[in-house]
Amino acid sequence: MRRLMIACVLLLSSAFTASAQDLQFLLQTHAEEIAKPSRNSVGVVMDDLVASGLPQVTVFLEQWSDKNVWQRDDGIFVFGIADVDTLTWTSIDDDSAGAATTDTHKQLKPNGGVRRLIGTALVQFQLSDPDLARRETAVASIARRPDASQLAPLLASIADEVDPDLKTRKTQLANFMSARFADDDVDRITAINSLSQDTSVEARAVLNQILTARTGVALEVPGGNIKAVLDPFEDADASYDSLVTEGLAPAAQTPNQIRQTLEANIVGGRIGGIPIAQLSDPALREAAYAALASDGLVTPLITQSDRTAALNAHVFYVLYAEPNAVITAAAEVALDTVEVQVAVAQIADLTLDALSLASIFFLAAIGLAITFGVMGVINMAHGEFIMLGAYSGYVVQLFIPNYTVSIIVALPVAFAVTFAAGVAMERLIIRWLYNRPLETLLATFGISVALQQLAKNIFGTQARPLTSPDWLAGAWVLNDVIQISYIRIAIFVLALIFLGLILYILKRTRLGLEVRAVTQNPGMAASMGINPDRINMLTFGLGSGIAGIAGVAIGLYAKVTSEMGSDYIVQSFMTVVVGGVGNVWGTLAGAAMIGFGQKGIEWFNPSNTLAAQTYMILFVILFIQFRPKGIVALKGRAAGD
Amino acid sequence: MERSFIAKNPSVLWFLLALAVFTLGVTVLSEAMGSQIISTSFLKTLGKTLCLCLIAIAMDVVWGYCGILSLGHFAFFGIGGYAIGMWLMYARTHGIVVASLEQGVLPPTPDEITHAVGAQIFSVVGSSDFPVIWAFSHSLTLQLLAVVLVPGLLALVFGWLAFRSRVTGVYLSILTQAMTLALSLYFFQNDTGLRGNNGLSGLQNIPSLDAIPQATLSLWFFWASATALALGYVLFAWITSGKLGSVIRAVRDNEARVRFLGYHVESYKLFVFTITAMVAGIAGALYYPQAGIINPAEMAPIASIYLAVWVAIGGRSRLYGAVIGAATVSLMSSWFTGGSAPDINLGVYIIKWTDWWLVLLGLTFVAVTLFFPKGIGGLFDLIPTKKEDRI
Repeated sequence: MRRLMIACVLLLSSAFTASAQDLQFLLQTHAEEIAKPSRNSVGVVMDDLVASGLPQVTVFLEQWSDKNVWQRDDGIFVFGIADVDTLTWTSIDDDSAGAATTDTHKQLKPNGGVRRLIGTALVQFQLSDPDLARRETAVASIARRPDASQLAPLLASIADEVDPDLKTRKTQLANFMSARFADDDVDRITAINSLSQDTSVEARAVLNQILTARTGVALEVPGGNIKAVLDPFEDADASYDSLVTEGLAPAAQTPNQIRQTLEANIVGGRIGGIPIAQLSDPALREAAYAALASDGLVTPLITQSDRTAALNAHVFYVLYAEPNAVITAAAEVALDTVEVQVAVAQIADLTLDALSLASIFFLAAIGLAITFGVMGVINMAHGEFIMLGAYSGYVVQLFIPNYTVSIIVALPVAFAVTFAAGVAMERLIIRWLYNRPLETLLATFGISVALQQLAKNIFGTQARPLTSPDWLAGAWVLNDVIQISYIRIAIFVLALIFLGLILYILKRTRLGLEVRAVTQNPGMAASMGINPDRINMLTFGLGSGIAGIAGVAIGLYAKVTSEMGSDYIVQSFMTVVVGGVGNVWGTLAGAAMIGFGQKGIEWFNPSNTLAAQTYMILFVILFIQFRPKGIVALKGRAAGD
Repeated sequence: MERSFIAKNPSVLWFLLALAVFTLGVTVLSEAMGSQIISTSFLKTLGKTLCLCLIAIAMDVVWGYCGILSLGHFAFFGIGGYAIGMWLMYARTHGIVVASLEQGVLPPTPDEITHAVGAQIFSVVGSSDFPVIWAFSHSLTLQLLAVVLVPGLLALVFGWLAFRSRVTGVYLSILTQAMTLALSLYFFQNDTGLRGNNGLSGLQNIPSLDAIPQATLSLWFFWASATALALGYVLFAWITSGKLGSVIRAVRDNEARVRFLGYHVESYKLFVFTITAMVAGIAGALYYPQAGIINPAEMAPIASIYLAVWVAIGGRSRLYGAVIGAATVSLMSSWFTGGSAPDINLGVYIIKWTDWWLVLLGLTFVAVTLFFPKGIGGLFDLIPTKKEDRI
């Protein structure tokens, strides 16, 4: 009574002190509903607040919903934050602020239902808030948890939206929401049909939401929008389980229960008249149980025919949550259309993936193609040269902190290091073994083992980072399905550059001419004044140097460890052998075949890359049967045998 | 005049004698005989080394005599190990499961037993069903047959495909390496049914021989390994010394010429490839019960390259060379990497053999290939023989 009087007095006094522009005035006219809001009474308050058009309303609603509004003993509402007993308050209408004890104030705690109403009312304010960031937050929060009540305010806010990006987004979101919540079925179907051209994850989620369905079981097909009637015998166990959970059939005894029941009914070493020792026979166990059941000691066994009868007696159906069949039909059609587009996009994405895998194989193998293909030397340490290049890049990054500069420096450094290593290996080991190719394999394997262990001793066993510059971070996103990281694009470009470079060196330079001459006929080349020793040394250095650069490229997206080389060596050999030895185009073809083949197999079984590799290798082994010289086989005298 | 087998292979007698002396010595010094000099774990190492010697002589025949540098024989070794491991694991788990189920009031039904055994073995890969390839795991006889037949069949099919299309030299090496990689990747998968990268374990416990101490079991396996090595040595010495051996060596030296002489080169190569694969399987089946565990990492391509390296270090084209190479390198490896080798203190840097052994080993391969193509076995050529005194 006293409070009511105070309120009346205040109302009168504030009529004089406060102008009509004050929110406090408006609040005081609804003081009772605001202080003790209920879902039924608060609607009037909301309408009045919205109708007032006061700028403070948004903040007030937010604070109210967050339980930050307090009512003073004299009925005035303030914003406040309590710290133990002290309340730091600010006025609702102006900047006046102060501190008080919480004894004199009462916190307003609207319940969940009221807060939801406040939220809905808030949306329209936030959606047309002058601050762009707030509008974006509001749109994002609607997108996160769409609700039918938000559709109207969202639609209303589109016309006045000034930011073009946000306007597009609002229109799109409104379209998604119309598809789900619009009152008029024609509107919904229009919206649904427009979604059939949208491959984004969000649009697919909207369609799937519309098509939400649950399985059910009953004696007869119920009314409603039935999606399908299921055949219960497709998965008889699961069907029977659902009967049991619905309480429509008794649970079948599990083998464990049967055993326990049998064990509980032992009479004089016998169960149902059958000696225990014989009960390892399943048929006798059944007989024992049947005997117990016929004596009425246990519940009868649910037999297979019981289960079949129960399954036959019921209908298993899938029921759409959406009652209107026209809408679900439209959504099904739209979803099918979208999924076809998604499948096409996935194939495109897979092609990009395969392309990047192929360029990695190409980079890893092209050096080998030169040493193995052109010189006939098998270099098991090739993988370790890749590793050496990657570690060179890592060391360069230790000295040069700027990632862009360090990568630009690292490429020639890696080339130089591995070129030197390659030349040293050729001079010291390989040239003594030119007529014993199988022994080159062993000697270079020794080098490979030693280099790997050396790297382990120097750099440790943990993976070292080779950080790519910022402009290579991230991915090129075409849509929700097709995307490819910039590093992979860079590797692809690098592979292209090297293809061009090597073709140029081999076909257009003096060195290339001499290399080809020595490859075809060393004796003849030597008699024409070419020094085969020098050519072999340079060729081997070139092949190794490219391995080093491949190492930097691979290190950028994979980890740099002492064992990274051995991950690539077998694939590299296969690439060269499949492609055809002694030909750059062959290596390209081999890399493309292995890259695309592996990705293609992965597509059938995406969870299992190991299986994809296994089948790819099997495929290569079979392929070699039919083209033992590889895809691009040398013919005539160049073939060498 | 046809010379006798022993006359053609003087090394066989010496080898068998040395092996017998070695076996006898080890037996006398083993724990099972009451001595403390050779511990059970070292006895197992020696037994495993004998198995490695067996696969090394197989490798020597296929590479040193026939010129096929196979980088896949360790895969056959692994398959042999898996084949026996499946029986060991099944039979032992079956025994344990049956014993525990019989504690219950009711005797177990066959279904209950199978299910419990499956759950016990395959729970690590989240399954309890027996994969198809375990269909024969209950039978020792069938699994023993698999030890020989599976590697044999695989080698037969692979070899037939490869030799038929005249893949030779380095290409064949790469192809066999690819096969090994494919096999090890296949075994790595959980859904293959061989417990993925967990592999098979507990193989040192022989079913129904639980009462016998490991010391005795190890000695039995050591004897078995020595016998297998002796038989393998005699078999390969016989193969390589007769007419067959001459053709095989001729294939190594000039395949085209042998073909033009009318021999069906592919059959000879296929025979050698297949029979050595079978012996490799046997060696694996003897090795892994002594090792106690097998997993797909053992079959990685690098293992097969090491095998080739052992043979190269020991000396190719002489069976005792392969034995020497395999024994020396594998024993030294386990000594150096086992941490028992003393570190070398250089003052500024301490050389730890666990870190540097592989570097040394790698450089040794290089040195042997470059400077001692005949390997350690080449030293025996320095012993003068009476027949070749002066001509």
